Amino acid sequence: MSTVTKKQAGAGVRLHKASLGNRIKRDLQKHWQLYLLFLPIFVYFVIFKYAPMAGLAISFQDFKAAKGIFGSKWVGMKHFVNFFNDPYLPRLLRNTVTIALSTLIFSFPMPILLALLINELRSRTLSRTVQTISYIPHFISTVVVCGIITDLVSRTGGVTMLLHQLFGMPVTNMLYEAGYFVPIYIASDIWSNIGWNSIVYLSALTSIDQELYEAAKVDGANKWHQIIHVTLPCLVPTIVIMFILKVGKMFDVGYEKIMLLYTPLTYETADVINTYVYRRGFAENVNYSYATAVGFFNSVVCFGLVFMTNKITQRMGGNSLW
Amino acid sequence: MTAMNKSQKTTIRVPLGERIFYWADAALMILLCVIILIPLVHVVAGSFSEGTAYMGHSGLLLWPLNPTLEAYQAVFKNQDIWTGYGNTLIIVVVGTLLDMLFTLVAAYVLSRKNYMLKRFFTVMVVFSMYFSGGMIPFFLVVKEVGLYKSIWALIIPSLINVFNLIILRTAMMGVPDSLEESAALDGAGHLTILFRIIAPLVLPTLAVVALYYAVSHWNSWFNALLFIKNRQQYPLQLILREILILSDSDDGLSLSETIQFATIVVATVPVLCIYPFIQKYFVKGVMVGAVKG
Repeated sequence: MSTVTKKQAGAGVRLHKASLGNRIKRDLQKHWQLYLLFLPIFVYFVIFKYAPMAGLAISFQDFKAAKGIFGSKWVGMKHFVNFFNDPYLPRLLRNTVTIALSTLIFSFPMPILLALLINELRSRTLSRTVQTISYIPHFISTVVVCGIITDLVSRTGGVTMLLHQLFGMPVTNMLYEAGYFVPIYIASDIWSNIGWNSIVYLSALTSIDQELYEAAKVDGANKWHQIIHVTLPCLVPTIVIMFILKVGKMFDVGYEKIMLLYTPLTYETADVINTYVYRRGFAENVNYSYATAVGFFNSVVCFGLVFMTNKITQRMGGNSLW
Repeated sequence: MTAMNKSQKTTIRVPLGERIFYWADAALMILLCVIILIPLVHVVAGSFSEGTAYMGHSGLLLWPLNPTLEAYQAVFKNQDIWTGYGNTLIIVVVGTLLDMLFTLVAAYVLSRKNYMLKRFFTVMVVFSMYFSGGMIPFFLVVKEVGLYKSIWALIIPSLINVFNLIILRTAMMGVPDSLEESAALDGAGHLTILFRIIAPLVLPTLAVVALYYAVSHWNSWFNALLFIKNRQQYPLQLILREILILSDSDDGLSLSETIQFATIVVATVPVLCIYPFIQKYFVKGVMVGAVKG
């Protein structure tokens, strides 16, 4: 390419263009069935994933449903400015970050730990029993889990009584106390998901080459060394991917569950960005544009977090999503 | 070879530290099982208890108080639960079937090689996992396409879960090319290759993905809260929300706890009955791969 003259280069461009056209033609000829198969999926993504993204435009409008997105008045950054001056903003951010980080610190490592412990069990029966039992809560719906929680932590509930007898904690309805909200949320989250989320790690563990352990034993590694130097490194790629995915969903915190558990009495610790979006969109002081602006802020933060985490993990060890 | 292994096993003694570790591990796991089961035992015991006896009781139950079936009789008379059950059953069955069809085809196309828009499609799909329009624009779009107040609003907008799509695509990429190539030489089209050759080979993953979809349809209540306004169309979870959550707040309407427990049992046991049959696929079926296009 470096030796071509100008004339040839000009011809080359034309040739290249023609070949692009040809390539498209050939590609269509060869793969039209594939494209036809993908068409409904393409339409689905455009309508239900990308049209809502375009709909974020209403956060720059005073959206009126009757006028639609094309008829409503554009107001620039008004709603974002209002949001940054919203008296609830500090509380929303604090709660969202607290719940998100607590989930990451307390809920995320539990399934990994469980998978390691199940993997080290010597009795196959016990191992299978633990798996079967720990998966059960995943099949209990969020609504039902929250129904059970409301009973267990009520004034006369089992958990309230147990905590009273063991640690002398006061007998109250714990769901009405702001201080208990995050612990209740996290504990029930672990209860629901520890088993189910361990599956992906267990399946990674089963694919570890047993010869690695044999080699480690020959080198004089004891059980502990084997876990640290063989098992964990083999789990790292899975952990990293699950971690990045988790970070992406981090700011979405289980708002559906929070909506079932919180009351105005606990908004102080329980109200997060997404529950606020719901209330401002559908329940109180309804304003679609404002709620969309708040949600937009949330989406951008989420995306930024995934992007950063991915970059960091890439730097650290080459494990990444993309 | 086996003889040597045997002699090794008998001569090498497990060190004390390791033995303690095994026992502690086993004890910890048993404790975990107990903690997981206790709330469930409490619910089941409560559901068979007498309403007034339960009212006067506090703390965890391990056994019913004055065993009776009165709570279940009340639940079986509640028409809402059965319409809810019916609606949810339709949503789970139709929803999961359509989800699987769309996800299978999407995963198949994305796992093919050497077509021009592969990279574009992959980026389009993956990007939607990390960025979304959020609740309000989603609501408006669903309303705009005419699904508001329709049970289809709980099925069509959630046809594809990108995470499931990627799991399935990763599994499909693991199928050796030679199989498809020889089928293509025999004149098999894409649909034949997909359903006759690839699908059977990724069966464990298919089972897991189908289960993910079914469970998420079964659990979902939030979209129904947004889109369904007619009580006759309420899925079970919305009815449960009324019975278990809303009735506990100050609005009065209080239902006895034992009836709530019986409702939980009636609404949960059928799912738990299916689960042992698919459990064997769980560990085999889930391999999360990177999303590299």
